[in-house]
Amino acid sequence: MKLTLVTGLTGLVLLGTIVELLRRRQLREKYGMLWLGLLFVVIPLSLFPRLLDGVADLLGVASGVSLVLFLGIVFLLLVCIHLSWEVSALEEETRTLAEEFTLLRAEVEAERAERAERAERAEWTRRPDPTALVSRDG
Amino acid sequence: MVNGRRLLIIIPALNEAACIGEVVSEIRGELPGVDVLVVDDGSTDRTATVAVAAGAQVARLPYNLGVGGAMRLGYRYAHDHDYDVAVQVDADGQHDPRYVPKLVDLLDDHDLVIGARFAGEGDYSVRGPRRWAMRMLSLVLSSLAGTTLTDTTSGFRAANRRMIEMFARWYPAEYLGDTVETLVHAARRGYRIQQVPVAMRRRMAGTPSHSPVRAMIYLGRAMAVLTLALIRR
Repeated sequence: MKLTLVTGLTGLVLLGTIVELLRRRQLREKYGMLWLGLLFVVIPLSLFPRLLDGVADLLGVASGVSLVLFLGIVFLLLVCIHLSWEVSALEEETRTLAEEFTLLRAEVEAERAERAERAERAEWTRRPDPTALVSRDG
Repeated sequence: MVNGRRLLIIIPALNEAACIGEVVSEIRGELPGVDVLVVDDGSTDRTATVAVAAGAQVARLPYNLGVGGAMRLGYRYAHDHDYDVAVQVDADGQHDPRYVPKLVDLLDDHDLVIGARFAGEGDYSVRGPRRWAMRMLSLVLSSLAGTTLTDTTSGFRAANRRMIEMFARWYPAEYLGDTVETLVHAARRGYRIQQVPVAMRRRMAGTPSHSPVRAMIYLGRAMAVLTLALIRR
């Protein structure tokens, strides 16, 4: 009975955490839904650990609890692989962005240097010619 | 311009302030009329400032992407600015710019020309696991490319328009991806690859690693990269 209380409470705390994170928009819906879906399996199981005994028997697993443990590990592995995949995609995206940004910055800097040079040249041509001044005075 | 073609030299650089200035000025001295693009791969020293002072165009990446990232950027720049030829050169000064015209000459009949050590010229040599790794890479890649390639990890390469276009779209950022994987990818897609013997010089600054453990790790990684490149689409 005590064990059921512990597992049941853990399940409920997890459920509360996910819902709160979703409510505060801290978790993308696609991930939130994944965990919520999982909790809908986990909570009944935590309240009635014997639920899976029949299935376990069918698969040749000694008890339903071991089966849950096994499935849990497989599920977590899959989630980890999925996250690595997502991170790879993100890295590719940030790489492309960094390159794109660098090309733009190089272009802006080249343009700015060119404009500065042109302004300097214009400044030079506007300056009065000292020899011309002398000849006019003379 | 080299032989009537617009040419861009791409130099990926990470914290090379000590020698990048000299490398850029040497290239500009040896190959007048050539544009030089230094891709600063997130350096924390004065690499970009020194390169600008030496007369190069500089593209500064906001953070370190690795050689592959810097190179794709370089090829995109070449593609955007409509260059006929892009030549990549290492920032440490080991590639002699006087070989560039020799590489470029071959681009009429080839898409990618590699400046290769161990091909007769120069006296560069390596031993142990690093040598086995290079041997294995050159064996596999030579048969893929249908030509002898003795120095597959060389960072001294010239690419024509066709090749620039492909590299601007696709250039792996992973370890050895910039050399080995690009060769596998290009060879399989029918790009014509050729090598030219060149003599490499000593680096102007810094020292290459000679630890046998590192060399073993290098061998393992090279095999992994090659296997992956071969089974990838």
